[in-house]
Amino acid sequence: MPDPAIEFRDVSVSRSAGVPVLAHMSLAVDAGVVLALVGRSGAGKTTILKLVNRLLVPDAGSVLVEGRDTRDWEPIRLRRRIGYVLQEVGLFPHMSVGDNVGVVPRLERWPADRVSTRVGELLDLVGLDAKRYAARWPDELSGGQRQRVGVARALAVDPPVLLMDEPFGALDPVTRAELHDEFRRIQGRLRKTVIIVTHDMGEAFALADRVGVLDGGALVAYDTAAAVARSSDARVRRLLDAMAVVPRS
Amino acid sequence: MSALVAFWSTHRAELGVLLTQHVALVVLATAVATAVGVPVGILAARRPRLSAPLVAIANVVQTIPSLAMFGFLLPVPLVGGVGARAAAVVLILYGLLPIVRTTIAGLAGIDPAIREAGVAMGMTPRELLRHVEIPLALPSIVAGIRVAAVVGVGTATIAAAIGAGGLGEFIYRGLSMVDTTVILAGAVPAAVLALVVDGGLWWAERALRRRRRRSAGAVAAAAAIVVAAGVLASAAGMSRSAGAVVVGSKNFTEQVSLGELLAQTIERDARLPVVRRLNLGGTLICDRALMTGDVDVYVEYTGTALTAIFHRPLPQATTSQAGDAPRAVINEVRELYARSGRTLLPPLGFDNTFAILVRGRDARARGLRTISDVAPIAPRWRAGFGYEFVERPDGYPGLAKTYGLTFSGPPHVMDLTLSYRALADGQVDLIAGDATAGLIQRLDLVHLQDDRHYFPPYDAAPVARAEMLLQHPEVRAALERLAGRVSVDDMRAMNYAADVEHRDVAAIVREFLSRSPRSSGR
Repeated sequence: MPDPAIEFRDVSVSRSAGVPVLAHMSLAVDAGVVLALVGRSGAGKTTILKLVNRLLVPDAGSVLVEGRDTRDWEPIRLRRRIGYVLQEVGLFPHMSVGDNVGVVPRLERWPADRVSTRVGELLDLVGLDAKRYAARWPDELSGGQRQRVGVARALAVDPPVLLMDEPFGALDPVTRAELHDEFRRIQGRLRKTVIIVTHDMGEAFALADRVGVLDGGALVAYDTAAAVARSSDARVRRLLDAMAVVPRS
Repeated sequence: MSALVAFWSTHRAELGVLLTQHVALVVLATAVATAVGVPVGILAARRPRLSAPLVAIANVVQTIPSLAMFGFLLPVPLVGGVGARAAAVVLILYGLLPIVRTTIAGLAGIDPAIREAGVAMGMTPRELLRHVEIPLALPSIVAGIRVAAVVGVGTATIAAAIGAGGLGEFIYRGLSMVDTTVILAGAVPAAVLALVVDGGLWWAERALRRRRRRSAGAVAAAAAIVVAAGVLASAAGMSRSAGAVVVGSKNFTEQVSLGELLAQTIERDARLPVVRRLNLGGTLICDRALMTGDVDVYVEYTGTALTAIFHRPLPQATTSQAGDAPRAVINEVRELYARSGRTLLPPLGFDNTFAILVRGRDARARGLRTISDVAPIAPRWRAGFGYEFVERPDGYPGLAKTYGLTFSGPPHVMDLTLSYRALADGQVDLIAGDATAGLIQRLDLVHLQDDRHYFPPYDAAPVARAEMLLQHPEVRAALERLAGRVSVDDMRAMNYAADVEHRDVAAIVREFLSRSPRSSGR
């Protein structure tokens, strides 16, 4: 049995005032699995992502990526093996779409023609016509298109791990549903290890192999989507009840 | 307006040179201020504890009036003195504040989420700076460069006071001639230049804010070309000065003409390249420049050297030694200069002393030739004097005592330049002017002889660094050939051509030299 791709061992993180954000949390994600972490705002979801790519280090316990403590990773190397799709996208406003997607390959000093080939592939992969969109500016795109670019950028150097922080949060429901389909299609081809953070249980069920529910800095559920949906835990039920329902006529 | 255009067209070549100097100075100074200010701003943005004192220091520098700053720098070795180098230093100091400030502001204004995206993608701090922070702060930085450049265009006009050249030369010349046309001849292009710089950089800033990368590239390329051209031009200017003879002058027309006279003589007879640092402020600036070697030679007046530079009293005017007074002053001044490694060369031939002037009509009607001749009729006359002449001990009070002069009332105190016209128009009957004023002939005025030798001699003579004369004996030979060649009438004619006819000084001097025979055959 190989090491899990990502593993948290008894991890605790506090804010500067000593308020715990995560308390004694353990969790393992196997390679090629999509994990959705669901919780209310301030439940510590984003903190978990930042622990994985070492934007944060735990106060206690350890986080392992590919079997190795993040403290032992050279941070730049670690981060380039992890794609990161941010809340509100975080595209660089001074770069064209193509340049945004090609950022990490350029940092890795790929030759220019290889970068542009890769940018074309990635834009095609996320469903944007490279010829039309590569030269555009981020502020000329719709929210959904920007999000596709964000995904393409995160996948640029084919990292084994992908972290997504509320990637589809700001989109209208129809666009969001389209992007969910798109995500599943892409994941079907690429088989990345993915952690998605969301406050929407519906989104978690739509995308993930595993669902974790965070509440008050602790993982209160961690199972398959079907098992979490049947949970009787009150903290899980609150999130399930918040899912949109179609009124009966 | 037409006078202005006429002035520009007769001074076309000079205008071109001054404009080039002005632009080169501003571009060089702004480029250096940017090269220093942006890194300092980046450093300060990273370490907030550093940024407050840095901005405070830059603020203090900014509040020093520019003329005072030039003054402070005069005695400072390496960066100070006179000329373009010192001016560039002042402009750089002024440019730093806006650039440091806008760099800090530009970096502070970047959305933290964007910075975090860069870090999360595995950018090193340096990569983050290069690919994200600087490009995003660039419009703000360019705004700072714009302020620095526009301030620089203005400050550079003041730099003419220390011989840095530029459009300020026309402004200073116009001020000393009380001639608005000449002032405007420098002020209008300086203002236009400021507007062009402001507009150009505004365009660059806007293009950058629109994040059009292609035009941003064009902006960067254009800026690089301008900077490179400016640096090359100023480098060329500086390298030319190596091995050349530097001729200076004070900041009024006669001095500029005399500087030009020395320069053309050296070029023609000694066949050496000459750098002209004309219009260098007052006596003390010229003297200091000669001491430090920023200037190799300029024309000084013996009386001025004795009193203003060496703080010695003038020889007492007594009729017994009257004829010897000028010679005595020349010898004393020559000796004083020699002690500090400088050589007073033979006088040019005219004495720019105070001149008691009356209308030619009156002089001829009453047979007036000397000041003594006027004493008996003076009580019925009105006198008009410049402010300085009324105050100075060697001015009106002593004159009145020496000749027993009284007038119909206290003298009218008026601007020196205006007093010539007041005399010609009959508002006053007697004035004290400059012996070499161009207007004397033009307005048919007569210079009464100072028969009691009251006024000290102000013989004009080149004073040079002895070291330079030893290196270039041919310069000494050339300048000695000028001895006695410039009469009071010659000087008046040249001043008239420059001040009243607005002719180009270089051309006036060229004509003068071509009229007088080359004496190199002897």
